[in-house]
Amino acid sequence: MNYIYDLHRTMMAQKLILVYEGDFTQETTKSILSMAERNLDSSGEDSGTKRKVFNVMVEALQNIVKHSSEQGLQVGSLISKSAIFMISKDDSRYCVMTGNPIAKGNVAKLTANLNDLNSKDKDGLKEMYKEIIKNTQISDKGGAGLGFVDMARKSGEKLEFTFANLDADFDFFCLKVNISREKE
Amino acid sequence: MEILNLKGTEDTPTILLDKKNGIFEISGRSLPEDSAEFYRPVLEWIGAYASDANPSTDFVFKLEYFNTASSKLILDVLSALEDIKGIKVLWYFHDDDEDMEEAGQEFSELVEIPFEFKTY
Repeated sequence: MNYIYDLHRTMMAQKLILVYEGDFTQETTKSILSMAERNLDSSGEDSGTKRKVFNVMVEALQNIVKHSSEQGLQVGSLISKSAIFMISKDDSRYCVMTGNPIAKGNVAKLTANLNDLNSKDKDGLKEMYKEIIKNTQISDKGGAGLGFVDMARKSGEKLEFTFANLDADFDFFCLKVNISREKE
Repeated sequence: MEILNLKGTEDTPTILLDKKNGIFEISGRSLPEDSAEFYRPVLEWIGAYASDANPSTDFVFKLEYFNTASSKLILDVLSALEDIKGIKVLWYFHDDDEDMEEAGQEFSELVEIPFEFKTY
């Protein structure tokens, strides 16, 4: 039973204010959002910071919901729909973090996309956003292809990411989006 | 013309489109699971309205938050409004919400419609 205390200590040390692990749907998204929102409200967070955190949370959660459907089809696979969502908070910033399985075949493209985003400044991201929204069609999964661009814009910092090896077919995609609590 | 009246929820906006009383408003939060499906009746209503529009149309956006999938559909709504004579968009934002103000400015650069910015 030591893991209970271990997990608790990890959460305290990493200053995690919310962790959700499991199946992600629009319903869980709404529940997580309302919990996180109550937390932000009760801590009296600055309204601008609050809106940015909320914004990043929505895009991060809906990304997982959209992409978990494909993995769920793998009957008998170790790769389930299971993913993780966390928020940490310290004196200077909030971090919205997600982890979810991704087919190895998609890793190169996602890496290139994220590196491309990270190479752009504020105006570059704005142009990219406008270019995509003009030309995009809503995908079968309901995405507009704008989620990461929007997260990068709201964060104002580089998106941190890494891939951990899961098995022959899947990696675990870890994403961290920082939102500063300090006013510009 | 029939009134389109959708009551807002925690993830969908309030929508009121009423030709007779000249009320055209989308307000609240927009982060539906399927944004294309949610906005379909709105786009259909505007399509029908465009063929027999009032002399002037003030279309109000008073959004507190919208996700990126909704932003694409908001652009579709604006594009559908573009050809209506006497159309004007009133874009409301919280006086301390720079992101919502900027979002409105970006939309205004993407369509040929006069935008008026207002705070609430």
